[in-house]
Amino acid sequence: MLSISNLHVTVGDKPILKGLTLDVPAGEVHAVMGPNGAGKSTLGYALTGRPGYEATQGAAFWRGEDLLALDPAERAARGVFLSFQYPMEIPGVPALTFIRTALNAQKRARGEEEVSAPAFLKQVRAAATALKMDFDMLKRPLNVGFSGGEKKRMEILQMALLEPSLLILDETDSGLDIDALRIVSEGVNALRSTERSMLVITHYQRLLDYIKPDRVHVLAGGRIVASGGPELALELEAEGYDKFLPAAA
Amino acid sequence: MTLVDLRDPSSFPTRRVEAWKYTDLRRWLRETPPTSGEASVEPGGPFAALGGEERAFVNGRCEGVPRIVAEGVVDAPMRLRFVSTEAGAGHQATVQVEVAADGALTLLESHEGRAADYVSNIALNISVGDGARLTRIVLADDAEDAIALSRADVRLGAGATYNQTLIATGAKLQRLETRVAHPGQGASVRMDGLYLLADARHADLTSVVSHQGRDGVTSQLAKGVVRDTARGVFQGKIVVERGADGTDARMGHHALILSERGEVDAKPELVIYADEVSCAHGNTVGALDERALFYMQQRGIPADEARALLTQAFLIEVVDRIDHEGAREAVREWLTARL
Repeated sequence: MLSISNLHVTVGDKPILKGLTLDVPAGEVHAVMGPNGAGKSTLGYALTGRPGYEATQGAAFWRGEDLLALDPAERAARGVFLSFQYPMEIPGVPALTFIRTALNAQKRARGEEEVSAPAFLKQVRAAATALKMDFDMLKRPLNVGFSGGEKKRMEILQMALLEPSLLILDETDSGLDIDALRIVSEGVNALRSTERSMLVITHYQRLLDYIKPDRVHVLAGGRIVASGGPELALELEAEGYDKFLPAAA
Repeated sequence: MTLVDLRDPSSFPTRRVEAWKYTDLRRWLRETPPTSGEASVEPGGPFAALGGEERAFVNGRCEGVPRIVAEGVVDAPMRLRFVSTEAGAGHQATVQVEVAADGALTLLESHEGRAADYVSNIALNISVGDGARLTRIVLADDAEDAIALSRADVRLGAGATYNQTLIATGAKLQRLETRVAHPGQGASVRMDGLYLLADARHADLTSVVSHQGRDGVTSQLAKGVVRDTARGVFQGKIVVERGADGTDARMGHHALILSERGEVDAKPELVIYADEVSCAHGNTVGALDERALFYMQQRGIPADEARALLTQAFLIEVVDRIDHEGAREAVREWLTARL
């Protein structure tokens, strides 16, 4: 399980997370909702080790390992995957090359055998078909010139191929129309299993109609200020975040 | 115009000479170095696997007349090797290359440093006849404490094609200079370069392309990566003379500096005296994108591997433009092994 306790994170010199505590048991999907500026994206970056996001206090353990002591690639090899709100364009590196390089780097780090080119291509074809992606797109440099929806599908494709055990989805619904949202959500739901944990970070309730959470947490002012079942998301949608803001201030 | 002659120290330019502003030869070389001795090398070099005829200049000397002539379309590449084997000594050579009208030749040139602290000064006088085609690929792999100068003067006939790619890894001072004159009509030039520099190496890609005939085309793309305290120099000049209407000239130079103390000096120049021309140039110098690096690491690619992949992706655009398939793959492998 993912266990975060009293996590404090600064960006630059500015404190963003101020004592965040959260547990996500194996096999569960938890949503983290909150107003803009609450620290939602910071939580995703802090868990994955982005430079500039410094944990000054507290701890984050995944399956008993201290995430904060590992570099970003080591965390990825332990199964931590962040689906970016704005996936990066990587000019000059075809998507296929990128994903295979990542997959084999993770396998090497875990002491597993690397995947052969034919076996990899077979896996990619199957995953691309499931996400209704054009295989030729994977021969192009990763995300370069892709639409917002195509980039999000590419994130889910990578997720399907890298088979992480902890999925962090940062505003995965942003920039998606309804059809794309449905396809992307189906891709995520296909990965739900008793072995995986998911942290779904979102501003809007809409995504949670498609990816149903077991628990919903409200992040405001750098901490979790309320937790509940799926009904909490509906309440937030109806009433907004206002009632949590004074508590945060 | 400065022609360096190792026998005459007064010909060694200082940085007060504008064209040598960033490559101060006089600072490192004040006197004529002792003359390199005779030596021989086994056939080979970085392009050996591509076959074709080999002409080797060892310490500036070759067997026979230093002249390469292509009368018709020559399919096999000509491998031209300049090998330096004596430390603390200097040599120079001048080679004539002629591609007759409607002929074609691929020249695969390697500069191979097999000793420390040598001085090498190579001059090529190249003529490409009317409708002829020359592809010149240069892999300049000099010793880190060498002084290596090379200069090619290229004269193009009407409708001639000259495609050049220079790959430089630097030296104490390494300069690859190219001067191309388009006196004929409708000639086409691709003038590319790539530098990958580490430690305290210095590489200078200097070129002047002058369009005198109508409807000439020049496409220039240079890319470089510097690490440590290395220094890359790009001086690209395209001159469009009065009357050279219909010229299409494009120049791009892009560099990455991967260290605090690396340096890139870029001087792109377009000088246009004709009226109806299409010209553009772009120049950028920056660092690797930290956000892209984090993205790759988040997917499990270790930082060093991510940097190498991004660096290769940045440089490979130049390699992809090499029109000779065998040479393109040889350069790609050579480069990948050095990232």
